Order: sequence, then C-alpha cells, then structure tokens
Amino acid sequence: MKRFWVLFFMFWPLLALYVCWVAPAYDWWFPGAAASPLGQRIDDLFYLILIITTVVFIGTQAALGYVLWTGAQRSDEGSEERAWFSHGSHNLEVIWTIVPAGVLLFIALYQMDVWAEYRIKTSFPEEVRNDPIAEVTARQFEWRIRYPGVDAEGNPLPLMPDPQPTDLYTVNDLHVPSGRPVMINLRTDDVQHSFFLPELRVKQDAVPGLVIPVWFEATKSGEYALLCAELCGWGHYKMKARLVAESETSWQTWLQELKAEQEFDGVVETSEEE
Amino acid sequence: MSTITPTADSLAGHGDHAHGHHDIGFIRKYVFSTDHKIIGIQFLFTTLLMLMFGGFLALGVRWQLAFPWETMPIFGQFFAAQGGQVSPEFYTMLFTMHATVMIFLVIIPVLAGAFGNFLIPLMIGADDMAFPVLNMLSYWFMWPAIMCFGASFFLNEGFGPNAGPAAGWTSYPLLSALVEAAPGSGTAQFWWLMGVTLVGVSSMMGSVNYMTTIINMRAPGMTLFRMPLTIWAMFITAILQAFALPVLTAAGFMLMADRLLGTCFFIPAGIVVNNAAPTVGGGQPLLWQHLFWFYSHPAVYIMLLPAMGMVSDMLACMSRKPIFGYKPMVYSLAAIAGLGFIVWGHHMFTSGMNPALGMTFMVSTIMIALPSAVKVFNWIGTMWGGRLVFNTVMLNSVGFVSMFIVGGLSGIFMAAVPVDIYIHDTYFIVAHFHYVLFGATLFGVFAGITFWFPKMFGRMMNEPIGQLHFLLTFIGFNGTFFPMHLLGIAGMPRRYADPYLHPYLEHLLPMNQFMTISAILMGFAQFLLLGNLAYSIFFGPKCGRNPWEANGLEWVAPSPPGHGNFETVPVCYRGPYEYSAPGRDEDFWLQTEPPGPRPETPGQAAAASS
Ligand code: HEM
Ligand SMILES: [Cu+2]
Ligand SMILES: [Cu+2]
Repeated sequence: MKRFWVLFFMFWPLLALYVCWVAPAYDWWFPGAAASPLGQRIDDLFYLILIITTVVFIGTQAALGYVLWTGAQRSDEGSEERAWFSHGSHNLEVIWTIVPAGVLLFIALYQMDVWAEYRIKTSFPEEVRNDPIAEVTARQFEWRIRYPGVDAEGNPLPLMPDPQPTDLYTVNDLHVPSGRPVMINLRTDDVQHSFFLPELRVKQDAVPGLVIPVWFEATKSGEYALLCAELCGWGHYKMKARLVAESETSWQTWLQELKAEQEFDGVVETSEEE
Repeated sequence: MSTITPTADSLAGHGDHAHGHHDIGFIRKYVFSTDHKIIGIQFLFTTLLMLMFGGFLALGVRWQLAFPWETMPIFGQFFAAQGGQVSPEFYTMLFTMHATVMIFLVIIPVLAGAFGNFLIPLMIGADDMAFPVLNMLSYWFMWPAIMCFGASFFLNEGFGPNAGPAAGWTSYPLLSALVEAAPGSGTAQFWWLMGVTLVGVSSMMGSVNYMTTIINMRAPGMTLFRMPLTIWAMFITAILQAFALPVLTAAGFMLMADRLLGTCFFIPAGIVVNNAAPTVGGGQPLLWQHLFWFYSHPAVYIMLLPAMGMVSDMLACMSRKPIFGYKPMVYSLAAIAGLGFIVWGHHMFTSGMNPALGMTFMVSTIMIALPSAVKVFNWIGTMWGGRLVFNTVMLNSVGFVSMFIVGGLSGIFMAAVPVDIYIHDTYFIVAHFHYVLFGATLFGVFAGITFWFPKMFGRMMNEPIGQLHFLLTFIGFNGTFFPMHLLGIAGMPRRYADPYLHPYLEHLLPMNQFMTISAILMGFAQFLLLGNLAYSIFFGPKCGRNPWEANGLEWVAPSPPGHGNFETVPVCYRGPYEYSAPGRDEDFWLQTEPPGPRPETPGQAAAASS
C-alpha cells in the first residue's frame, strides 16, 4: 500500500504535465496566437515563466517522490534503519534561498518593459499617445462607442472629452484600423466593468469616475471578441461585443457610411444593436 | 522567558468554579463553555457544517457551467419559480455566497477558531486561553454573522429569495454601493456587510486572545524557539489578523455609510444606474479595492499559515524526523506575513491605479514566492531520510505539499504583471486560489482533524475510510481544479453565468462537464469524512495519551484532556522535533521528559507509555 501511495503521488504530476502537453492540440490553450505585438510579448513572457515553473515543478515533485520512496523503504517490515537525525543544513538553506531569489529577481526585472509599454503613458507609441480614436463607455450590459467622426472633406476629427454633434455612435461594435497602434478612452456610465480583448491579450478595468487610455494594435484585419471581465451585475456574461480591425481605407469608408447612416435618419443612436 | 501559568481556578474565576467541584451543568459545559477545547470543537463542527453548505452552493455554480440553463435535478424544486433553472441573478448569488461562506465561515474560523483554540493552550502547556470569556464570545459572535449571511438570502425586498447578495465576495463598489445597481445590491448587500463585520469582531476577539496567550502563558521552559511551528504560525496569523482586520471593518462601515447615509466615500459624481438619480459623488471606487485587499491579501495568509504550521508538525511526526531547518521555517513564516502587507496591489494590476505603483507591487509579490519556496524545500527536507508512516495524516500532509507547489507556481504567472493583464479575472485565478486554499489548506485541515482527533475525543478515526476519503478527494480535487488553469489560458472569464455565449469559449463545454462530474464525486467523498467523524466519536478504538508517539506537550495530557488540561504544570526541556535521536530506544522524545540518564517520574512514564 505504501508503494501505491508513492506512485499515486507521482502519477498525478505526470498526468498534469501530459494534459498541459496535449492541451494546445485540443484547443484548451490560448485563443489563437496573440493578434497584437504586445500580446506576443506577453505570450513570450508566459512561455518563459512556463518553462521556469515546469522545471521547478518537475524538480520538486521528483524530489518529493524520491523522499517518499526511500522513506517507505526505511519503514518496511524488518528494516531496522532509523530516520536520519538531522535538523537541517545551513548550506542547503542558503543555496535554496539564493538561487530562487536570483531567478525570481530576474523574472521581476525582465518583464518591466512590457508593462511600461502597455500602461505607462510616456512609453505609449508616439503616434497614439494624445490621439484617442474613440471613446468606449461600458454600461450594464453593453458597450457604447463614440467616434469623433469626420469633417465635410472626410478627414477624421479629434476626439473631444465631451460629446460633439459631429460624433458617431455604435453599440457593441468597435471598428479600428489594423496594422497600427490605436488608443481608446475607456469609461463607464455606471458600475465597474473591464474591457477585455482575449485575442489581443488586452484587459483594462473601466472605473467609475475615471477615463483610462488603452492602446493596442491588431496586427491582422479581422473580427475579435470584446467582452467584460469585471463582475458588473447579473448580465455580466452577456456584454458581448466585437472588435473589427480593418485596413485604413475600409475603416474610413466604414466611418463615412456610419456618418451617412446617422445623418440620414437624424437619430443619434445607430442600429447595430442586437 | 515564560511565565508559570496561574492555576485554573484563579484564571477562570467567572463563576464556573464558584461552586468548587460541583458539576457545572450541560449548558455551561458544552454550550456556553469557556473551555478552549470545547470552543475549538464547537468551531470545528460549525465550520464543517458550513463547509457542506458552501459545497452545495459550489455545486450549483458547477451545474450551471456544465449544463447551462438546464433544470437542476432534486435541488431545482427549491427554486421552482424559475423552473428549477439557475437564472443569471441566482448564479451571481451562488458564487458570491459560495466564496463568502468558504472564506469567512469555513477556512478562517476552522484554522484560527477550531485548531487555534484547541491547540494553543495544549501545545504551550497552558490550562486555558488568557481570556476564556472573550474566547467564548468569539465563538458566539459567529452565529449572528451566520444569521446575517443567512438573512441576506431572503431579506431582499421586492426581489424574492433567489437574488441574494451578488457583488462577489470582493463586493466592489459601485455594484455593492448603489442600491439600484443590481437585484442583490439592496437589503441583501446590507446584511452581507453586517455579516462580514460580525465575523471580523469574532476574529478580532480570537486574535487578541491568541497573542496574549502565546506571549504570556507558555509553560516553564517553553522558550520561543521551542515552540512548535503550529504555534508560531498561529501567533503570526494572530498578528496579521490584528493589524489587517480593522482596515476591512472600517471599509465595511464606510460602505455602509455610503449606502445608508449618502457619504459617497466610494461613489464618484454623476453616476446613473438603472435610471436612478445621478450620484452626488466625490468618492473613488478604487479606494475600496485598496482597503479591501489591504485586509484580504493578508487574509489569504491567515487562511494558510496555520495550516502550514500544522502540516510541519505532522510531517515531522510521521517522518519520525526533526523538522528540516526549524529556524528558516519560522523566518519564512514571518517573511510571508511581513511581505503579505505590501503586496495587496497585485489584485489591482488592471484596475487603473498608477501603473508605476503596479510595478512595485509586482516586485514585492514575486518576492513573496521566495519564503514560500523555502518552506516547500524544508518540508521535502523533513521527509528526506525519514522513516515514513503512510497513514491518513501523512497522505493529507503530502497532498498539502504537492498541491501547494502548484498554487505557488501559478502565483508567479499572475505576479508577472503583463501576463496578469491577460489572465486576471479568468479561470486561471480561480485555479490558483483553489490550489492554495483547498489543495493546501483544506488537505492540511483534513490531516489536522485526523491527527488531533484522538486528543479531542480520546478515540482514533478509522484509517481505511480516512485513506479512501483522501484518495477520492484528491482525485476529485485535481479533476475539478486542474483544468481551470487551461480554461483560464483559453480566456474564460470568471463569474460568467453562460460563457458559451461567446463563440471562442464554446468548445470548452465538455471540459466543464468533466470538471462538474469530478466536483460531484468530490462532494460525495465528504460524506466519508462526516461518517468517519460521527462513527469514531462514539465507536472509534480508544487511544492513550500519545497514540502517534509524538513529542508535543499536548500528548502529555490525557485524551481527552480534562478541565485545566494537565494534571501538573508541564515543564519543557527541548524543542518538539527530537524524533529518532541517537542513543535512545524510542524514536520520540517528549518535550517534557527530563534530560540525562532517564530517571522517569511516574507521571512521565505513564504519559510516555500509555
Ligand atoms: C507564491 C506565492 C503567491 C503569489 C506570487 C500569488 C500571487 C497572486 C496574484 C498576483 C493574485 C491576483 C491575480 C489576479 O486577480 O489577477 C492572486 C490571487 C489570489 N491569491 Fe495568490 N499568490 C500566492 C500565494 C497565495 C496563497 C498562499 C494564497 C492562499 C492561501 C493565495 C490566495 C489567493 C486568492 C484567494 C486570490 C484571488 C482573490 C480573488 O480575486 O478573489 N495566493 N495571487
Ligand atoms: Cu461585466
Ligand atoms: Cu493577494
């Protein structure tokens, strides 16, 4: 029975490793490769940590298995061997404090750039730093998007903090140009929400009373999921929206169409609601 | 260093003993008892009851995730109004109350309340806690808290019983601050806040008592560095509790003031929810997050450190070996507690707080993995070269170590801020904290119950049933929670009543079904534990004072110890871990055994051999 338990404790880490190994093949893994440059760096960091932690995981579980197996032998019927009377080892303590400390410090320092680039405004890409492309306002339970619109010649206007008559609106449908960084201003009308683009690895809470700039870049044109990641009430799960990344020209055409549509019936709300 | 404890009568002179040796009556003895052992056992049974209840709530959550919008078998009839389905309102309530019950009514009170109470006086050689009446009150304040949480299920004007508090266990404003924000944000949220405040009162009473008792009432010879790690852990936990808890209580009162008096500590101006009048404002919801996590991060250690201490003691005993690196173990406990105060912001990386601040929180958080790692190495070191006994106690303790490794390692992913951007508020987080809170703490608790049960009731628990319980729980646990890492990596957010609404999550349904089935298996396995407890209390084989041949002072007292615990004041000659010392016939060495050529006093001999 003792041997059974040792094997039992060794079996599950192996199973865990196996499951992680096959997980990508079953799609139990990231929703596709990161669709943004920053997302790729996040994934790289994830894999780096995954390698380090896997080594530690295997090492510690194997050590556990070893001490269990030998410890089981010592208590076998007929074995006279007593436990090793030891209160520890100063050298080992020093080693297993310093080495992990070094590894952890490395992890801590290594990631700072990515974070700075993502969140610290002075490290945002120059071209978007002061030029939000839209204002995204979360509310129970939808996303409202306000674009600054275009002037008579079709040139994009700057986004103003307050709504303007020229603004264009959509609900649950965020269109941005792909292949270049864009920035949105994130707000909420009511409780807290969180702006989550899983494929782009972007997440930012929308906090009542704050306007938070968020930048991202969709490398490829396409449609991506946009959902809410902070509990906002019973309908939290259904704050389903999409991010449409498209080429610069088709994005501009889309804006023109939106403008035309909006001016046609003269109502501020557009009709893309579900 | 230590003081001789006053006699039982002078300490507990609150009327109990006014009649000399008269029987004090059933009520005073078993209900409103001031005896730390009875209080500990009361806490134990109460928290086990709550564990079952919290488990049911969790199964409700799991049901919905596996079979969304399908009528729940059997339990569906309790909410027939909705056709037995889990509505989204009901779902938010389920996970809110599941977490609330598990954290505030199970894990915290089972460690500090049940084991802290039962073990502290026994392990330091005192006859009771420093303040027995306060101790009794700390238990009895649990009940109003339980009532308040219970009331929150039902007292929710206009919304009926299926819309209890629904702002999550973290209760972030404005969801929790504006009455109109959600069906559960009304009266239900108020009762929830009252409940949290009351459990806080209960914990505070306990922690004052533990600190005082450990500082002042140690037996002669029980120096600080002869204390078992359980006691060190309880001591450090009590300090954590005492410093962190007032912040939560204050925050709770502020939130109540926001709700009842319109103070707007957490509410900014101009917010409109559900067409109510705009808020007056001036406040900041982030303030709540800071205050809440200033308590609740240390609290996750309040939910772990005592189990770490207990497991250390049990591993040493079942390996028949001294603790590997006793002092590093103490220092790492202290380091975890100290660092624990400066890492709260890691719950707020995506919250919009100053990103530079996020960076400092990141560094401190990553560093807290260090003392955690040192502890793991020392546990393995403790078993290394041991003569291991594979019983229920050992299995659960090894389970603790094995699971804690996973929880500690997943913490590093989340502590890396850029990675946390992605995995924050996904199932990866849920996986992480279940590995530490269930995988580690709860297995530690199962081990602790089995280990100290003989001292509590004078009888042993059934070994085969105990092992079967461990086997099924361990399998069910990993089946339920390991896949959550993958769900998180796949981007499945937590707290979603229906994740499959989003096409990129649709394919995760079968995996969720597998997890739910594992959870149900695990739930059933708990009846083995309950059955084992109930049976063993009355019919388990009787045991002597020291069935495990352990060293601690508690094993010198009779099983179960009478009022006042020890027949004579125990004197402590060494640390609690001198197992397998060379030159001795036995492989254990009671802390009370006088050194030198062994002229045993009759009491000692009796204690050692019975
Ligand atoms: C190795 C050390 C640990 C590290 C580095 C670590 C790191 C973290 C981080 C960064 C988060 C926040 C993640 C997020 O929400 O985005 C977190 C959440 C959490 N951790 Fe840990 N952790 C560690 C150990 C523990 C332990 C020992 C416990 C409990 C005994 C614990 C319990 C929790 C809980 C309950 C949450 C989630 C709270 C919630 O959002 O509801 N952690 N941890
Ligand atoms: Cu939400
Ligand atoms: Cu934390």
